[in-house]
Amino acid sequence: MKERPFVEIDRVWMRYNGTGGTLALRNASLTVEREEFVAVVGPSGCGKSTLMRLVTGLWPASSGSVIVAGKEVDRPLSIAGMAFQNPTLLPWRSILNNVMLPFEVVEPHAGRLRRDRASYEKQCLELLELVGLKGFEAKNPWQLSGGMQQRASLCRALIHQPQLLMLDEPFAALDVFTREDLWSVLQNLWMVRKPTVILVTHDLREAAFLADRILVMTSRPGRIMIERKVELPRPRTTEMTYTPYFQDLVQDLRGHIDRARQGEEMAHAH
Amino acid sequence: MHTEAAATFAGNIPGGQSARTDDPMQDEDFARDAAIVAAAVRRKRLMRVLPWLVIAGMVVLWEIVVRVFDIPEFVLPAPSVVAQSISKWWNPIIMNAGQTLKTTLVGFLMANLLGLTLGVIVGSSTLVYHGLYPLLIAFNSIPKVAVVPILVIWFGIGTAPAIITAFLISFFPITVNVAAGIATVEPELRDVLRALGAHPLKIVRKVGLPRAMPYYFASLKIAITSSFLGSILAETVAGQSGIGHLMIVASSRFEVPLVFAGLVVTAAMSVTMYTIATLIETRTIGWAMRSQGDMAGGV
Repeated sequence: MKERPFVEIDRVWMRYNGTGGTLALRNASLTVEREEFVAVVGPSGCGKSTLMRLVTGLWPASSGSVIVAGKEVDRPLSIAGMAFQNPTLLPWRSILNNVMLPFEVVEPHAGRLRRDRASYEKQCLELLELVGLKGFEAKNPWQLSGGMQQRASLCRALIHQPQLLMLDEPFAALDVFTREDLWSVLQNLWMVRKPTVILVTHDLREAAFLADRILVMTSRPGRIMIERKVELPRPRTTEMTYTPYFQDLVQDLRGHIDRARQGEEMAHAH
Repeated sequence: MHTEAAATFAGNIPGGQSARTDDPMQDEDFARDAAIVAAAVRRKRLMRVLPWLVIAGMVVLWEIVVRVFDIPEFVLPAPSVVAQSISKWWNPIIMNAGQTLKTTLVGFLMANLLGLTLGVIVGSSTLVYHGLYPLLIAFNSIPKVAVVPILVIWFGIGTAPAIITAFLISFFPITVNVAAGIATVEPELRDVLRALGAHPLKIVRKVGLPRAMPYYFASLKIAITSSFLGSILAETVAGQSGIGHLMIVASSRFEVPLVFAGLVVTAAMSVTMYTIATLIETRTIGWAMRSQGDMAGGV
């Protein structure tokens, strides 16, 4: 028997601010397997980020069901790690203490923190080393470049070994070189820790490089239009992005998104 | 590759002033660099003494103007006369200044307690914010001098009206600033903590309060000076002691140099408290006041 999907979103509708608000999602359904890396792409404003907040329980759906780890989501999950476009590090804390933050909140760590501080700090240092931030743990966030801050933000999202990692355009504000560096960093982290990942992005190459499966959303009100499996071996390398397979995949996705956007224009014309 | 480059780059910054051995700097380069550093040091020194020079210049100018135009003492006493008056009335001045300082600080501390508490509550809940804010605004727009007579009716003449006026006048900026600091926590940051299952109180403690500290200290600098304003105001209207009372008594006796002496002492106290607030601020929230020079890694 097949294992039940880790995340199941079933015919979810989402309207903001009651009846008069924007309809962000219309009958959206998707599933994500345990330890799978899924990317959600789509035209801007299609409700990608909304989807993310629904899965983590930060916002309740207007209609439909969201089930994570076999349980209906009716409050913020405590098993999720999140990272955003903005690194959102706390400027008054050192990098190490920023990464320690989840341990201060999530049980059972919060209760043990005072006693086992050294071992928790060791975990943080190991993770920081894994993303290439060794030696920067005592620095303040604003002393680091944007790319390095984003690495620290990824560490904070992953340090407490969450089963679910939600990434909302985490690399959108970075330059191309830093971004592609961080793709490898993230891939590496995922291969070591194996969380279930939902990555929201508008960068199709990023989606194709990182994900096992790519979901394309229609424009607002969004739902899943098509999905594509990415049949590239791991670990993936920058060289693979130059292969015909990779480029055809990105072309294909682009075509779908263009059609979604045209559909939106048609709808506006009516 | 990129990481390494960034690491070396950032690693260089703290030792930026000292020359590195692998850097092929010539002697003349060193000389020029030294000259640049020396110029910067001179400029810094000038900036430090400049305020004192300006104050001293003002006093000298004042003295000259009074003497040249032969302005009578009961209109504008010269600084030298004010100084004489301070030394002549030293004991009463110190006693009354101590009284004013005490009432001001008690009122100011009360304002801190209420301001912080109310600020946290107003800042963390949109509901409370919407309910309470108009009242706070209305309250703050009342001229405090109009409240003093009411306070006198309630508490009688003396210390109480001064403390309460100092409190009333300074709790508002603290409340508003703390609330602003807490209310403007980035939604993403809130989401990060909520997704970890953090209780709202914990979010306030871990993120809201530390983030509100720069706002709080900024308001302290306003609040401490307006506390003095409040207590002296109440003392002039309904006091039996304090610098405000001293000045009113002095002016009724046409002892104008003593009035000015009171002004000088008040300014000195106010500036001292302001400086203390600034010192605490730089000590505790250095992270919020970083200068460009602290930056490393430009990406």
